Amino acid sequence: MLLKLVLRNAFRHRLRSLLTVLGMCVAILAFALLRTVVSAWYAGVEASSANRLITRNSISLVFPLPLSYREKIRQIDGVKNVSYGNWFGGYYIDRKNFFANFAVETESYLSLYPEYLLPDNQKTSFYRDRKSCVVGRKLARRFGWKIGDTITLTGTIFPGKWDFVLRGIYRGRDDTIDENQFFLHWDYINETLKKTVPRRADQVGFYVIGIAAPELAAKTAEAIDRTFENSRAETLTETEKAFQLSFVSMSEAIITAIRLVSFVVIVIILVVVANTMVMSVRERAGEYAVFKTLGFGSLFLAGLILGESLLISGLGGAAGIALTFPAAKTFAAAVGNWFPVFKVEALTIYLAVAGALVVSIVAAVIPIWRVVTVRVVEGLGRIE
Amino acid sequence: MEENSPLVQIKDLNKSYRRGNQIIPVLDNIALDINEGDFLALMGPSGSGKSTLLNLIAGLDQVDGGTIEIGGVEITSLSESELAEWRASNVGFIFQFYNLIPVLTALENVELPLLLTGLSRKERREHSALALELVSLEDRMDHYPRQLSGGQQQRVAIARAVVTDPTILVADEPTGDLDRTSAEEVLQLMDRLSDDLGKTIIMVTHDPRAAKKAHTMRYLDKGELTDAPEISFTECL
Repeated sequence: MLLKLVLRNAFRHRLRSLLTVLGMCVAILAFALLRTVVSAWYAGVEASSANRLITRNSISLVFPLPLSYREKIRQIDGVKNVSYGNWFGGYYIDRKNFFANFAVETESYLSLYPEYLLPDNQKTSFYRDRKSCVVGRKLARRFGWKIGDTITLTGTIFPGKWDFVLRGIYRGRDDTIDENQFFLHWDYINETLKKTVPRRADQVGFYVIGIAAPELAAKTAEAIDRTFENSRAETLTETEKAFQLSFVSMSEAIITAIRLVSFVVIVIILVVVANTMVMSVRERAGEYAVFKTLGFGSLFLAGLILGESLLISGLGGAAGIALTFPAAKTFAAAVGNWFPVFKVEALTIYLAVAGALVVSIVAAVIPIWRVVTVRVVEGLGRIE
Repeated sequence: MEENSPLVQIKDLNKSYRRGNQIIPVLDNIALDINEGDFLALMGPSGSGKSTLLNLIAGLDQVDGGTIEIGGVEITSLSESELAEWRASNVGFIFQFYNLIPVLTALENVELPLLLTGLSRKERREHSALALELVSLEDRMDHYPRQLSGGQQQRVAIARAVVTDPTILVADEPTGDLDRTSAEEVLQLMDRLSDDLGKTIIMVTHDPRAAKKAHTMRYLDKGELTDAPEISFTECL
């Protein structure tokens, strides 16, 4: 009977209930999408390996480091292998076609990133051909590139038109791996620079260092930086995670704002659901008084009101969560170049469920308190 | 409870209400005995305190002073939750505006008080159907209140009031919202409950015709209880 009453009460004012359900649905959807945007921002951090260090110029990432540092770094205790590269900064056809592209020392780089899965034959042809490139699966799909295609990038840091033959398409080991990157041979760029701008040759933007164990990170980083102390290009070495976080921290204010908005959305819908519940309960004050008259206790009445609030919020929340996945997919397709990994995390869903639950419980508190504390005769409006 | 003692015993009953800083006395040292099977009509002008007295007898409100003993239980000493439990098994309510739950059918409305008993669903349904049969609404079981006339709704309310076989039935202006024919049907039904089933009924009414159906009439004015003045034939028209 309680369930029957909850169900029938919830839809006595169909339009009001449906609008509240819709509001809840949109709020939960917005909450989940905003949370996913924040997660996407941290995708690079999450995908970082604890076994990798990044060394860059201590002044800024803009300033290069000499290639000669490679051998010195390799000799430091704890270092297993070393690779290096540059942010190439090229674009395809139009500047708006943004994607990450790096000129790297191919063999050492790919050995440091086993999460990029590339078939052996593609790997071999990539290593053999200096004018070749490897791209992520999503990037290839985005531009319709196929193995053997010639891709021309327009350089911004390294001016000119650069042609690359696509020799491999990698995929990520799991869905946290960015599949929107473009890798080319650092040697190819360096050889060209030797001929065109010799003063820029033999310079690297960063070193990627593989270490034997994560616990050696701090000690090794310190040792690397100490090695190049008082040199003409002092270094700053940090874990890959810290390196990625330094990028994220540049957008900290935006991320905080998005986080805040996602919670404000929940507060707004809480007010809407609470208003619906207060209105419904006020309209039925006489009925609740009848229940009390008949001998029904506070627990039964609280169950009626909470049940109704749970049903309305639950329906809206469930619809919002169900819509999050297709909406996230659409969103990812639209902004994939900015958020290479746009995945709805389990935590986001748990938070959305918790949000819907909290809204339904809190929205029912005031109506329950009013119904429970009002005297029966007041509820019946029968005082003569 | 002693044998042959009244079912309802009210002694030195006082009740007042506070409005702002003002205290308004409503009932002043009321004493009243009601025997088992009696059908009592409480009359009086608006604001005389008759509904307040009814609420106190039904355990819906707390007294300021005095005692009410019903069936050997001094309800004035019970807590709110004890009173709720006591009401569930001892009092049947009939309201002026029926107060049925609009989202429940006639049968479900009648079944409501039985939810607080230990009866199974099947037993509850059987009892409710029987109560609806008693008020001649067995063909309206699945109707919602909005699909019933005022008189029919009041009969459903009566079925709901009697379904738990309570010690007393309290009725607050049960014909106040009904046309003459429906009112007559409801009064006849209450008459049957009293005469045939021996129910103890306490009814508050302004309607002299309704009061005439009762076995006993008491008049409440300015918080004091007196014997009812004679009701003329013309008042009953």
